[in-house]
Amino acid sequence: MELGVFSFGDVQRAKDGSLGPTSESVTNLLEAIQLADKVGLDVFGIGEHHTEYFPASSPSTLIAAAAATTKNIKLTSAVTVLSTDDPVRVYQQFATADIISGGRVEIIAGRGSSTESFPLFGYDLRDYDELYAEKLDLLLKINASEDGKVTWEGKFRPALDNVEIVPRPKEKMNIWLATGGNPESSIRAARLGLPITYAIIGGHVSRFAPLVELYHEAARQYKTPNADVRVAIATPGFIAEDAKDAKDTFWKAWSWAMTTLGKVRGFAAPTRDHYDAESNRDGALFAGSPEEIAGRILELHKRIGHTRHIFQMDTGQLPHDKFLKSIELLGTKVAPIVRAALEEEKKKEENAKNAKA
Amino acid sequence: MPKPKIGVIGSGRLGTAIARQGSKAGYEVRIANSRGPESLGLMLSVLLPGVVAGTVDEVIGQSDVIVLAIPLNQYKTLKPELFAEKIVIDAMNYWPPTEGAIEEFMNENVTSSEYIQQYLKNARVVKTLNHIAYNELEQHHLSAGDPKRRAMVLAGDDRTAKTVVSELIDAIGFDPVDLGELKNGRKFQPDTKLFNARYLANDL
Repeated sequence: MELGVFSFGDVQRAKDGSLGPTSESVTNLLEAIQLADKVGLDVFGIGEHHTEYFPASSPSTLIAAAAATTKNIKLTSAVTVLSTDDPVRVYQQFATADIISGGRVEIIAGRGSSTESFPLFGYDLRDYDELYAEKLDLLLKINASEDGKVTWEGKFRPALDNVEIVPRPKEKMNIWLATGGNPESSIRAARLGLPITYAIIGGHVSRFAPLVELYHEAARQYKTPNADVRVAIATPGFIAEDAKDAKDTFWKAWSWAMTTLGKVRGFAAPTRDHYDAESNRDGALFAGSPEEIAGRILELHKRIGHTRHIFQMDTGQLPHDKFLKSIELLGTKVAPIVRAALEEEKKKEENAKNAKA
Repeated sequence: MPKPKIGVIGSGRLGTAIARQGSKAGYEVRIANSRGPESLGLMLSVLLPGVVAGTVDEVIGQSDVIVLAIPLNQYKTLKPELFAEKIVIDAMNYWPPTEGAIEEFMNENVTSSEYIQQYLKNARVVKTLNHIAYNELEQHHLSAGDPKRRAMVLAGDDRTAKTVVSELIDAIGFDPVDLGELKNGRKFQPDTKLFNARYLANDL
């Protein structure tokens, strides 16, 4: 089980409550990635957004910087809003960072639940589906090319006629799809033979079990050659030594984030009751003590068999020191419990197999 | 009276959630999307057992209650002539932060459902199922009489249509609360206190 963190580069809040500088969010994020690497976490993701709250508009740049200053951790976008970007440029930037990292860079492509990049880059939201399908097709074609040359034609970008797209990493890059639960997306990932990340921001996590089943069933039916069938989960999460402290701290940050988002998107602010229901047991908010969070990851693993779980911790202007502490606890306390439990389970299964044999 | 046949247009998160809950409640449910029924086979077998796929036109023709669960910016792909006398549940929202601004819906004096009613002029439009998160349709349903049962508000100009829709809402586990004429739908559009909020019928 790979464990990790993802972030949209949340800015800090100044003492008077105003938003801190976006420049600070960049340096904070780099520090967080380096810590995640140091404490042995498996993956760190940066989600492209273009707002004063979430200024991580250029994940590949941050990933390149992190690539040069970390040793083992996988670095990924989470997500790249592919619909409003040029797949050639996305490939070039991530491939460059991948070479710097020695093969640790991945791309998670998504349509994006935030839409600010559409007006920013001059795209029309009415083309939401078509843009994504076309750009994904091109990105995969570039990645799959054996000699680096690509011939391609589409509607939203000039055609490519045997054009060389460079640099080429030694190995093909891992490209994932992300989905917020649209059933068609699970089928798409399976059809393309791509691993899938489910972003679950609310409700019960187990409600995604049928979609995971749909993904596996689609993979069985499509039988795409060289398919990489893997399931990752991305949820909000926050860890502190004490469970109550974790839940109270995360409530403050999360409710602030949801209230702010609610104002932008026009929905009612969440209540503490709602939060308490979702930050326990089967809820999507993984806030708690290391033991509790490890238990909940394992519980979910039993139900859906995911092999990667990444947490968005720094939401709602969570203080940076608490973000760092949470990363540390995920690496030093949660991960060992999860790994040991899965190891134990594997042994039991092997023993059972041997007994049968 | 036999249960009306439900036709869901849109196979995204909301459309599939409505189809599943309707089917579980014993309704005959059909579903369609813009990509055609062959795109729905896998989805039906795993997620929507018992639900039948068709083309958009077929599903509209074969159903009594049509649920619109497509992005609002795609509404003109529907053919108005197919909707004569049909009951239509408009579960869509004019929601610029998610689908972008749409010139024709910018007039704040007219709700998006009134525009849909104008476009589908012979349909009987009821606005509802637009103000609840899709996953909550599947997680918050409760039996009639449960003191914690959530309310689902609706608005429309046709009484019979509202009765049929209220029965459907009740059957899928929520207390229907009629807020009156279609134009009152403005009370539960995005940016209102009813949008994505949890209320009991008695609170309303």
